[in-house]
Amino acid sequence: MLNKIWFFMIIASVVIAVFTGRIDFVSNAVTDGAKSAVELSIGMMGMMGLWSGIIKIAEKAGIIKSITAKIKPILFWIFPDEKNNNEAIEAAAMNISANFLGIGNAATPLGLKTMRALKKDGSHIATNSMVLFVVMNTASIQLVPTTMIALRSAAGSASPTAIIPAVWCTSVFSFICAFTAEKLLEKRK
Amino acid sequence: MNYIFSAIIPVLICVIIVYGVSKKLPVFNTFVDGAKEGIETSFNLIPTLICIIFAISMLRASGFFQLISSALYPVTSFLHIPSEVIPLALMRPFSGSGSIAVVNDIITSCGADSIAAVTACVMCGSTETTFYAIAVYYGSVDIKKTRHTVLSAVIGDIAAVIGAIFFSQLFF
Repeated sequence: MLNKIWFFMIIASVVIAVFTGRIDFVSNAVTDGAKSAVELSIGMMGMMGLWSGIIKIAEKAGIIKSITAKIKPILFWIFPDEKNNNEAIEAAAMNISANFLGIGNAATPLGLKTMRALKKDGSHIATNSMVLFVVMNTASIQLVPTTMIALRSAAGSASPTAIIPAVWCTSVFSFICAFTAEKLLEKRK
Repeated sequence: MNYIFSAIIPVLICVIIVYGVSKKLPVFNTFVDGAKEGIETSFNLIPTLICIIFAISMLRASGFFQLISSALYPVTSFLHIPSEVIPLALMRPFSGSGSIAVVNDIITSCGADSIAAVTACVMCGSTETTFYAIAVYYGSVDIKKTRHTVLSAVIGDIAAVIGAIFFSQLFF
């Protein structure tokens, strides 16, 4: 997918630039873009390192386990087909906790484990539980939007963390919409 | 109100460190281990970012974004949408690093605290890379028919676009 998008971006910019007479701007953009990519990564490193350090403490102290224990009863309730599938619910709860804390490289293997536990036969058709789990993952709620804060601080924002309340409201809103849509659509044959 | 919000991060850091100490964790060493991972993550992102940021810079220099913005101007101005965020809304579901590059482009051209940049950050921070997640999760267990997954997930993404525009204007 990204291959196509990237290809389109390069071709489109050269073709459009020829028509708008801005090919010299495009030429400068090539060198500037490459340089600013490295500057951006270095500018973000401080904040990314700091937050990963803090989250590591939370992780080692067992915060995922305690969040998991709290959300498991909720998950049994919203996944009614998995009442007897403790393995799937446990993995799903851990995946959601890791996503909530923004530990992406822990969340993905847990998500894959959940999918394996949800698959009971050789069928190639997604069950309601699978759809709900994947949809919840595409609309996950994150406690601290670290990357965005790092981007803002690298650009010299007056208050990089000021976006947090708006991010919380937006992600809860989008989560509720996606969740409701899934629950309504699963009844449709 | 803003004073309370600016306390979120320091208080959170305090709570986590106190929690760590209460579990008898060597907090300093643990922090350093974690920070190393975070820096590795940003470091490993550099090649992808070079690839995408230079392409976006070219696209911007060619005047492509102005074309889109002026084409959508009647709609965006009527709904009070900063037109700069439209390319982001299209990129977000497909690529995480691509979205970072687009957000950074908006920040550089409009300023970090402009309403367009704030809306972009909120939009990007409150959603996931929808199609990537769908492909990875279903691919891993060999599911071919995803039924209503894409429709529900896209409804969530559209809600995030609307929410980002609304809540950014509410809080800023």
